[in-house]
Amino acid sequence: MTKTIDTTGAGKGAKGAAKAATGLSRRQLLKGAAGAAGLAAGSGVVTGFPTIWAQNPITLRQFGTGVSNLNAIAEKCKADLGITLQMTALDSDAVSQRVVTQANSFDIADIEYWICKKVFPAGTLQPMDVKKIKYYDQIVPIFTTGKLTPDSKIAQGTAPNTVGFVEGPDSKTFAKAPTQWMTLIPTIYNADTLGIRPDLVGRPIKNWKDILDPAFKGKTSILNIPSIGIMDAAMICESAGLIKYADKGNMTKKEIDFTIDFLIKTKKDGQFRAFWKTFDESVNLMASGEVVIQSMWSPAVAAVRSKGIPCVYQPLEEGYRAWGGGLGIARHLKGAELDAAYEYINWYLSGWVGAYLNRQGYYSAVLSTAEKNMSPDEWAFWMKGQPAKTDILSPEGKVMYTAGAVRDGGSFEERMGAVACWNSVMDEDRYMVRRWNEFIAA
Amino acid sequence: MTLSRLVPRLAPYLQASPLALILAAFLVLPIATIVMVSFWDYDSIQIFPAFVFTNYEETIASPVTWSTYLNTLKYTVIVWALTLFIGFWVAYYLAFHIRSATMQMVLFLVCTVPFLTSNIIRMISWIPFLGRNGLINQSLMQLGIIDRPLEFLLFSDFAVVLAMVHLYTLFMVTPIFNTLMRIDRALIEAARDAGANAFQILTNVIIPLAKPGIAIGSIFVVTLVMGDFITVRFMSGGQSASVGLMMANQIALLQYPAAAANAVILLIIVLLLVAGILRIVNIRKEL
Repeated sequence: MTKTIDTTGAGKGAKGAAKAATGLSRRQLLKGAAGAAGLAAGSGVVTGFPTIWAQNPITLRQFGTGVSNLNAIAEKCKADLGITLQMTALDSDAVSQRVVTQANSFDIADIEYWICKKVFPAGTLQPMDVKKIKYYDQIVPIFTTGKLTPDSKIAQGTAPNTVGFVEGPDSKTFAKAPTQWMTLIPTIYNADTLGIRPDLVGRPIKNWKDILDPAFKGKTSILNIPSIGIMDAAMICESAGLIKYADKGNMTKKEIDFTIDFLIKTKKDGQFRAFWKTFDESVNLMASGEVVIQSMWSPAVAAVRSKGIPCVYQPLEEGYRAWGGGLGIARHLKGAELDAAYEYINWYLSGWVGAYLNRQGYYSAVLSTAEKNMSPDEWAFWMKGQPAKTDILSPEGKVMYTAGAVRDGGSFEERMGAVACWNSVMDEDRYMVRRWNEFIAA
Repeated sequence: MTLSRLVPRLAPYLQASPLALILAAFLVLPIATIVMVSFWDYDSIQIFPAFVFTNYEETIASPVTWSTYLNTLKYTVIVWALTLFIGFWVAYYLAFHIRSATMQMVLFLVCTVPFLTSNIIRMISWIPFLGRNGLINQSLMQLGIIDRPLEFLLFSDFAVVLAMVHLYTLFMVTPIFNTLMRIDRALIEAARDAGANAFQILTNVIIPLAKPGIAIGSIFVVTLVMGDFITVRFMSGGQSASVGLMMANQIALLQYPAAAANAVILLIIVLLLVAGILRIVNIRKEL
C-alpha cells in the first residue's frame, strides 16, 4: 500500500472512513480524519472496518511488564481503532534493558515510573505533547502535581510526578513542575501492602512490623525482587522503630547496610518461611498455609480468595508502598505511526481500558471516563469502598466478591491518599543489589 | 597428487566434519562468547566491550561467592553419596537378582517411568507432599507420632537434597547397571570357587569392574548438581543459594559479565572435578 497522496483516492478514503464510522460510539477518535485520510490514500476502500487505520494497517509494537499487557486490550484496540498491537510481556529488568539498548525494537513502552527514571535519560523515548492528549486535564493529579488533594504530602521514593515531565521536546532532564512535555502517560497504578490469612494470624494486624512477631516465626515471607523487596523491608524496619530513613526510595549505603544486616539476622532467626519471586509462588505459599503474612500483590490476594481461602490485603497504619506505570513513545516514531500512537494513548484513557483495570483492583489514570464504563454498583464498590450490592465480577466474568463484601482498604482516596513511598530506583542501586544477594545467600 | 589418491585421505575429515561443525557452532562458539563477555564491563542497564578483570575480582573477593560455592559443593557431595549408594544397589539387584533378561528390561523401564514427566513437575510435586499441611505431616499427626508439623521437611536443605536424589538417581542406575551386566559371570563363580565370601566378591570383583559405570554416573550427577538452580530455588523456598542460582540472579539483574565470569569459574571447577574422576577411573580402558 502506497502513501503517495492521490486526491481521488484520499477523497474516497475519507468518505469511506466516515461511512464506516457511522453508528460508532467512539467518534472522538475520528477527529482529524480528513488529515489522516491521506494515509488511506490510493487503494480501494475496504468497508466494514471501524476507522481509517483499516485502510493503511498500522501495527504498534508494545512491550511492558505484563500487568497491563493484556490480550483483551489488544483485541478491543483492534476492534475500536483498527490498530494492531503486538504485545510482549517481559520482566522489569529486561524491559529497562530493551528500552535503552534496542531502541528500534519497540514503538510503545509500557513501563513503571521508577524504570522511567532509569531509562529516560538514555534518550530513546520521546516526550509527549500534552496538547495532543485529549484527557490530560482529567488525569489524576498524583501524576501531574504529585498531590492527590491540594493538601496531601508527596510520598518518598520515585513519585511519578518527579519523573513525569521534561523541559522540552528534546530534553532528557526531568522538570520539577508540570510542563507541556510528558515522559509517560500514566495508565495503571495501585497501592501495595501485606497480605494476611485472617483465619490463621489469630490477632488483628495493624503495622508493617507485625511480620516480625515471634508468633509468626517460620510463617512469613517477603518478595525476592531486590528493588521492591528492599522497600518492604524498609517499611518493616521503620515501623519497628529501628531506623528512620531520610528517603526510603533513595537510601544511603549506611541505610542499605543497616536494612540488609537486619534482614540477614531475621532470616537466621528463622522468621521467614520462604522468599518468593513470581506471582504464583506467592499465591501457593498463602493458599497452602505455609505463610500467614507476607508481601503480596493485589491480584494474588484475589487469586487466593478465588480458591475459597480467606485472604485480606491488610491496610496498615504506616501506609502503602505504591507503584505506577505508563505508556511511553519510542524516539523513532514519526508521521502516521506517531499519530497512531497518540490515538492509541487517547483511546487508552477514554474509559474502556480504565474500567477494565479498575475491575481488577488497579486504578486507572482518568477516573471520569472509567466511571462511565462501569455500573454504579461496580464504581461504588471499587472506588468508593462501599459494600457490593450485587456480586462483583472480574473482567472475565468470574465472581470475585459476593454481594455485601467490601474492598480491603476502602475507597480510592483512603488507599491512594495513604501512600508512604513509591517503588523507586536508588542512586546506590548496584550496591543494594549486591547486598541483597548476600541476604539471599546468607 | 592425483584426485584418486586425495579422496581417501580426505574421507575421514569429511566424515568428521558434520560433528565438528555442530560442536563448533553450538559448543565452542557459545563458550568462547561467555569467556569474552566475562571480561566486559557493565552498568545497571548496559554491557560494553572492554577488557577488565573486575568481574573476576568481585566474584572471587566476595565472601558470598565462597559460601555459595561451599553450599553447592555440600549439596554435590551429599547427593553424590546418596545416589551412588541407592543407584548401585538398585543396579545390583537388577543385574544379579533378576534372572530373566525380559524381567530385567521390564523393571529397568519401570525405573524410567517417572522420567516421562518433566523434571520440574517431578520436583514441585514434592511441595504439597512435604508442606506444613502436607501428606506426611498430616499422616504423622493422625498417627499420633508428632503433635505439631515438622517444619524442616519443606523449604530446607533436606528438601533440596531429597528432590535432587529423586531426580538424579537414575543417572547413576543406568551406567552402573550397564557395566554390571557386562561382568562375566564366570569371574564370580571363580571367586566363589577360590573361597571368597559374598562381601569379598563384592569388593574384589564386582565394584572394581563396575568402576567405569560408577565414574560415568558420578560425572552425570556431579555436573547436574553443580549446575542446578531451579531445584534449589523451589525446594529451599529461595532460602538457600547455589552457584546456578547466583548466576540466574545476576542475569535477571542484567549483570551479564558478572554471570559470565561466574560461569567460567564454575566450568573450570566442574572440569577439574570431572578430570579428577577420570584420573581415578580410566573409563575407556575398562569399558
